[in-house]
Amino acid sequence: MSPLDNSYERKFKVIGTKPPRPDGIEKVTGKAQYGADLYVPNMLFSKILRSPHPHAKILSIDISEAEKLNGVKAIITSKDFKNYSGNKPNDTLLNCIAHEKVLYDGHCVAAVAALTNSIAKTAIKLIKVEYEILPHVTDVDEAMKLDAPVVNKGYVLENVPSGYSENVTSYYEFGHGDLSKGFNNAELIVERTFKTEAAHQGYIEPHACLASMTSDGKADLWCCTQGHYNVRAVCADIMGMESSQLRVTASEIGGGFGGKTCIFIEPIALALSLKSGKPVKLVMNRDEVFKASGPTVSTSMDVKIGMTSKGIITAAEASLRYQGGAYPNGTVEMGAQSAFAAYDLKAVITKGWNVLTNRPKQAAYRAPGAPQAIYAVESVIDELCQKLSLDPLDTRIKNAAKKGTLSSYGPTFDDIGLLATLEAAKKHPHYSAPLKENQGRGLSCGFWFNFGGDTCVTLNVNFDGTIGVTEGNPDIGGSRASISQMAAEELGVSYEKVRTIIADTNSLGHNEVTDGSRVTFAVGLATIKAARAAIKEMCRRASLIWGIDEDAVRWENGSAIPAGPNAGEFEPMTIEEIAAMSSETGGPIAGHHEVNAEGAGVSFGVHLADVEVDKETGSTKVLKYTVFQDAGKAIHPSYVEGQMQGGAVQGIGWALNEEYIYGDDGRLQNSGFLDYRIPVASDLPMIETVILEIPNPGHPYGVRGVGETPIVPPLAAINNAVSRATNIRFSELPLSPPKILSAIKHKVKDD
Amino acid sequence: MIKVRIWGSLQKATNNNEYVEVEAENFKQLLDNLCLKHPELKPQISRGVSVAIDGIIYKNSWFTPIKPESEVVLMPYMVGG
Repeated sequence: MSPLDNSYERKFKVIGTKPPRPDGIEKVTGKAQYGADLYVPNMLFSKILRSPHPHAKILSIDISEAEKLNGVKAIITSKDFKNYSGNKPNDTLLNCIAHEKVLYDGHCVAAVAALTNSIAKTAIKLIKVEYEILPHVTDVDEAMKLDAPVVNKGYVLENVPSGYSENVTSYYEFGHGDLSKGFNNAELIVERTFKTEAAHQGYIEPHACLASMTSDGKADLWCCTQGHYNVRAVCADIMGMESSQLRVTASEIGGGFGGKTCIFIEPIALALSLKSGKPVKLVMNRDEVFKASGPTVSTSMDVKIGMTSKGIITAAEASLRYQGGAYPNGTVEMGAQSAFAAYDLKAVITKGWNVLTNRPKQAAYRAPGAPQAIYAVESVIDELCQKLSLDPLDTRIKNAAKKGTLSSYGPTFDDIGLLATLEAAKKHPHYSAPLKENQGRGLSCGFWFNFGGDTCVTLNVNFDGTIGVTEGNPDIGGSRASISQMAAEELGVSYEKVRTIIADTNSLGHNEVTDGSRVTFAVGLATIKAARAAIKEMCRRASLIWGIDEDAVRWENGSAIPAGPNAGEFEPMTIEEIAAMSSETGGPIAGHHEVNAEGAGVSFGVHLADVEVDKETGSTKVLKYTVFQDAGKAIHPSYVEGQMQGGAVQGIGWALNEEYIYGDDGRLQNSGFLDYRIPVASDLPMIETVILEIPNPGHPYGVRGVGETPIVPPLAAINNAVSRATNIRFSELPLSPPKILSAIKHKVKDD
Repeated sequence: MIKVRIWGSLQKATNNNEYVEVEAENFKQLLDNLCLKHPELKPQISRGVSVAIDGIIYKNSWFTPIKPESEVVLMPYMVGG
């Protein structure tokens, strides 16, 4: 794709400034409407009955006692869903409500709608379910064995080699070069096995929705989601509706990070509404969010890397085993492609297996699959550097992928920002700051692909010359501000003149989910194009008023002006003046743009972490943390900084504390924030950020996605810092105090 | 003819060839002709693939032009969070 234009070289007026966030007042004053905040007349409240077993056949469900309870208006089980696509329930529906078998602790079995929450809670206790308990498996390595309990039959793809259980659903292999020759050329080879546990995105707002179906087949659905067009498509299919009859409105969203790209409760609310004839609200509690939404995969990984004594990587190999719960997922291929992306390698092979277990179906979590693989790779590189007495940053610079590098996942890189990012880290005072006893500094590179996708934007020029931008992607990271800035920049008006809103599914064409770090890139691109369409029309209106040729008018600083001396002498006509005459000159003025945006451009980051390990307790304190990342062009630098800080913090939590803990009974042991500990502000230092701007030629202003890459490096950066602080190489996350303490005690014993 | 690089585990579908050649002027023709010439690629292509053309990854834009000298790499369909 050739560059859309070279306008990223121009001097910006609005781009790069930091105007106040448009949703700030509403959020801090409690006025923002989140998923659970909507109330409508005659609304019912609903609750879900969930399985207490990780794997069991449903022999019978008796709802008779619950139905008799006063105030109960509808009860559903999987039998209430008749309109399956191709007469076969799809995975989303089966995950939303179990059919014949429950596949994980917390799997929905039935749901009740009632006049009050209290009645609904009482009613689900009156539903009697008879189960036949089946053997279960929650560990990825165990699930791959030939004699493992089969979680879910019929999902094995043709690409899976023999020798595994039916839980292995897909297999991928990437790479190039002669591995054995590469390893023969190495002076040191390090080979290690790593494990990471599943982590949850930890969004503060639980999943919530309100569904209202009418008897003539229309429905309205309000929900917190990263992609309401996807919700519409999936739910319409499940409910046997045409898309036009289901209008979905996305609420304000209290965090998503990939976890709200999926559908967990909306079909349940729709079915309850259909059955009861009333609007139905359904809100998950935190226990349900942990048990029955989508955490990340957990992993088991082997990494082997060879290096010369001068720090040149001669060969690299990784085997990645990712479990993604009870339904197939496509995560390991993303991890396998990302694992060695930061390096210019002559010989590299990455293999990946996706595996089913009796856990909830995994969902995306910022750069899905990449943090785990890169954690393993970057940990081995750090160990090699330590053993060969090499500077870890210089070694990465020496091996860094650059323009012309054949990437480990296939294509040859064009301009990428990794070297610039590494060099910025090298020059930064953080890298040379002194460390004290029990302190260690860790470093890691990170990588993510980013993408664009289907995007539709309408930009209206109101009669007073202000601007309304309508887009279709829930704002999870400040996109309303950045979209308004791009519209203002293009039109030559102030930021305050523009208001951007998120439309419902019937008000705008299809928009892909807010994921893949795509919104500022793709919606921004469409907004710029929509603004240019509106500018063209405003120039045409001015030409009509002036009685000159349309081509003789151009746009500058928010006004139409004659294009040159031959066009005639006219005073600039402002956007306010043109807008005020809209009706008389042909009607309302708007610009639209619809695109499947491609050319998002890959992104690299480098993180530096300083930690101190308390050898008495095994606890780790993060002392200093700096993020270096190429943003292409930072539209609103504060939001870019926020993305980088947020990703780092989430990655630090994943590295140090966060994990899904399953008991031998296959049940989740820590489904609450008291036992699943995410970092809070008092746990952390200020996360410093260094934003690099190496323009992406696929966007008019050079924008690259920034939302996902920052969660990739922290796992390894922290692991390397802790390993250096303790002089013990760790290979399992999280690095919780008991794990560190145990390793320290063993080391003392061994010494 | 367009020379297409196939990822490692998918090479089973191309008689273990890392590179295959097909006639194509755009993304859609490339995938259609890959399926015709190597039917064992069809299940993966039907599930979804991305195509990197000269280093830029395309998810599904059918009419993206491909030049004969372009570097073309088949990749799994991109997902994100």
